[in-house]
This record gives sequence, structure tokens and C-alpha cells, in this order.
Amino acid sequence: MAGISRDDVANLARLARIDMAPAELDHLASELGVILNAVARVQEVAGQDVPPTSHPLPLQNVYRKDEVIQSLTPEAALSAAPASEGQRFKVPKILGEEA
Amino acid sequence: MSLKYEDVIEKYEPVLGLEVHVELGTASKMFCGCNTIFGAEPNTQTCPVCLGLPGALPVVNEKAIEYTIMIGLALNCSIAPFSRFARKNYFYPDMPKNFQTSQYDEPICVNGFLDVEIDTDEGIKKFRVEIERVHMEEDTGKSLHMGGATGRIHGADYSLLDYNRAGIPLVEIVTKIVPGTGKYAPEVARAYVAELRDILRSLNVSDVKMEQGSLRCDANVSLRLIGSDVLGTRSETKNVNSLRSVERAVRGEMIRHAELLNKGERVVQETRHFQEDTGLTRSGRSKEQAEDYRYFPEPDLVPIVPDAIWIETLRAALPEKPSTHRKRLQEAWAVPDKEMASMINADVLEIVEETVNLGADPTKARGWWLGEIARIANEKEVAATDLPITPKDVAEIVALVATGALTDKLARQVIEAVIAGEGRPSEVIEKRGIKVVSDDGALMVAIEKAISAQPDVAEKVRGGNVPAAGALIGAVMKETKGQADAAKVRELLLKHLGQ
Repeated sequence: MAGISRDDVANLARLARIDMAPAELDHLASELGVILNAVARVQEVAGQDVPPTSHPLPLQNVYRKDEVIQSLTPEAALSAAPASEGQRFKVPKILGEEA
Repeated sequence: MSLKYEDVIEKYEPVLGLEVHVELGTASKMFCGCNTIFGAEPNTQTCPVCLGLPGALPVVNEKAIEYTIMIGLALNCSIAPFSRFARKNYFYPDMPKNFQTSQYDEPICVNGFLDVEIDTDEGIKKFRVEIERVHMEEDTGKSLHMGGATGRIHGADYSLLDYNRAGIPLVEIVTKIVPGTGKYAPEVARAYVAELRDILRSLNVSDVKMEQGSLRCDANVSLRLIGSDVLGTRSETKNVNSLRSVERAVRGEMIRHAELLNKGERVVQETRHFQEDTGLTRSGRSKEQAEDYRYFPEPDLVPIVPDAIWIETLRAALPEKPSTHRKRLQEAWAVPDKEMASMINADVLEIVEETVNLGADPTKARGWWLGEIARIANEKEVAATDLPITPKDVAEIVALVATGALTDKLARQVIEAVIAGEGRPSEVIEKRGIKVVSDDGALMVAIEKAISAQPDVAEKVRGGNVPAAGALIGAVMKETKGQADAAKVRELLLKHLGQ
């Protein structure tokens, strides 16, 4: 199982907009590597005959009917937001990317 | 001095790729029961699921799956016996979850095609656009960038988010690359989006309003040297919000790429934004640094394994194809190919059909929508269908002309007034006191006046030169300010002059 490199961590930090010091990158690279290796051991248990699954239960086709239910009030929706303005969530400026 | 389009296509072959996003017209969202009304007050249609609050569990809207399968079937796709949702991870506040629920390598529909026709100088040409996939995802919230001068993200101080749109079911329809369109690439792109829109509308799965963003097109364009099989670098133009813009965006990008290539520069692989006012694109996000969305199967949702009977029931219930419908209309109305193409190109076919369904003669209905109304639309730079005149108004006007209550000239005045907001045709006619002068006495006064003003012309008519009467009829129409019935004037005039 390949570990996780310092570059991988740096790239993830960039994507997540988390500013990390070089020492933190080193530390996390080795720590995440340990975690990944632990998960990889679980993978070894599954034989060739076990297809990869995305869900622990043998379920498929779970649907809901197209019916409208009561939404939150805007006050409730915004109540946990660190900041809001004009009934909208207020977030810091987004740099370097444009949707 | 920008390059001419003719010079671009002489040297380069365009390669198209189109991605269309369509918001489905379900009552509730994709994974929760929140309402989907366009233009609702901000954050009034949200809940723990679409806000991504901890512990909330999404459940798939069955109607959305049904609609997606219908779209796939209408586009001649195979419906996957097994498909899954995946998380597309990215850090951007338009999704509060830090990921978008989408589909990755297991979309619901694959491998379809859509045939489109375009009207060219060389006659009607057909192109087959192959569909790679139709997959399900959810729409994102809407951002308002505040502060700064431009309202754009650069220079903004902060952003405000409305999550009403977050979680509305969205279907993405992706074409394979479309080679071989040559100089017709812009028209093919437009015709494809128009045909797709008509299909989606006939399926009744979306309101397909480009101006409201329920149908959005991203146009990928690249150029290669004619004769070469090496694909060029593509750009992806977003923000293309009308059929006309699709055509302009593709043409504009072809010219921009060719200019760069001619100068020996390279095309940067990037997202560009279409500017409605200039018809040009500006650079957005560079894709040089590969996106890393770290897709993985969505653990909160179970796989979709559609029942074969369900699929076949949906297939059997598919409505008439728009192309078949058009052929039927063309035959019923006895419209020549060119005229039909004009209606499609002006995007008035549907509104003409509605007008005919309200009792109007097809030729007359077409004449008004393609004539006077299209002219006014052109002047105002809007689509004819966006003008405040309805099929019912036009049907009423056609009927009034047929009974002789309006002349064509008066009808044009009524149309202008209706569009100017003066009311429905009957109200305009009453308010303005518009009526056809058919009183013989009043007409005779005008006729006498015309004859005395042009005695030589009158003499010719008396001598048997009937076509010369046109000048006199014109004078009478002028005198009565267009309110006379020309046929009636002609009849009275000729009789008066002994013809």
C-alpha cells in the first residue's frame, strides 16, 4: 500500500484552503500514512470474490415520493451561521477561483 | 482587427463538445422535501439535508430518477442496470456540504444520439450528435459577491449565499466530441441545444428557461488544422444563456483560438465566461492545474437498479418526438421547407402553433409572428416570444382581419399598441377608436378627392388601364389614414370610373 506523500498533503491543504507550516506537513504526511495503512489492512481481508461496496446494507432503490415538506424558517436556517446579511449566509471572500 | 470567420474555417476544423445542465421540474428537491420555486425569498427553501447539517440523511426523489430515465430514452441512450451517486469534493461555499452529490463513473444513461437539422445555403443539412452520458446531480446555491466595484468575485470583500437552489435536481447531458461540422459548428451547436430543449419540453421534465438558468449550456471548442487528426486544446465557455449566445460563443471562440494559433501562441485550457453584451468570452478558472475532486461513491445513498418494466413503461409513454411533430405540422399547414426553417430559426414555431390552435389561419399566424412581431422583437433585441403579446392576441387580430374589421395596416397598429402595453387588441381598438372605414359615403368623398387630384390617372383607368387604379387607391388609403378596406375602395373606385 502506497503511503501518502508530503506533496499529497500539501495539495490537499491547498484545495482545502488550509495554511500549513512545513513541520505540520511532515507530521500529517506520516500520521495520515499510518491511518491509510490501517485501512488498507481491512482491504486485504476481502477476497477477490467480494465486490467493493459503497454501502454497508444490501439495499437498492430507496426512494422518496416527490412531495414538498415544510422547510426551515430562514431564521432557523441561519441560526448556526457565524454571520449573515440580508437573509443570506455571509462568507469570507473567495479567492483564486470562480464558479 | 480580428480575424474573419471565413479565414478561420479555411484553415481550421472546429471540434465541438457540449454540456447541457437542466434543472428538473420536480416539486421538491433531489434529496429532501424542500420546495423548488424559482425566485423565492432567500433561504426559505432549505432544511438540514440541503444545508449539509451534521446527521442529515438524503433520500433520492423517485420522480427525478424517472425524469432522467425519460431523458435518456428520448436521447436514444442505454439505461444502466446499476448506477450510483458519488461525492464530488470541492471547497467552495456554493455547496454547504463541501461536496456536490453527483455521478461519476456510473451514470444512469449512456451512449445516445440526437439528430439535428440546420438550414444552410446548400439546403437542409443533418448532423448526428452523439451523447456520451446523461447523469444526475444537484444544483448549487447562488452567490452574491459584495463590495468591490464590479460585483464580480475578484475584488469582492465577501459573499452572500442563498441555498434555495442548492439540491434542486440537475441533469447533465454530455455529448461526445462532435467532429465534421466544419463551418456550420456554431449553427450545429445552437440547433443541438434547441432540439434538446424541445425534447425536454415535450417530455415535460423541466421548464427549460435559459434566461432563468433552468437550462444552461457549456460549449467546449477546439480547433485543429484541416487534414490533421491531432486535437487542439479546448476551452470551455460557461454562462451561455440563450440559443443565440450558444451560436455566438462558439463562433467567437473559434475566432479567438485561430488568432492565437496563427500567432504561434497556444490556447490555454480553461473555463471562460460568455459576455452577453459583447459576445466575447473572458478568462475564468484555469484548468491547467488539474482539478482534484476526489470522487468516491456516496455512502449515504444506495444504488439505483431500475426495474426493466419501469423502463419499458416509460419508453412506451414517450411523447411524439419534436422532429416528428414538426413534420406533421408542416404537412398540415402546407409550409415550404424554407418557411419552416425560418420559423424554427426565429424560435416561433411553438407560439405559431398555439395561435393556430386558437383558431387562426396557419399562414396568417405565421405571417404576423415572422413579420411585424419579429421586426419589433428585432428592434428591441429580444425574442419574439418574450414580447408582451400572446397567441390569443394574435389569433384575435387574425380573426378581425378575416372579417374585415381590421385592415393589415390597422392590424399592424394594433400589434404595436399591444406590445407597447396599451391592452388587449379589443381594448386597443376601442381606446384608439380604430375602425375600418366602410361607409360608402365617406369613402366616395375620399375617392372624388383622389380623382380630382390625379385626373390624368383617372382618365387612364376610364380608358381601360385598370392597374393604374393603384395610385388612386393608395391616395384614398392615405386620405383615410389606412382605416379603409382596400378591396372595398377598389371596388367603388372602379365602378365609379366605369370599369
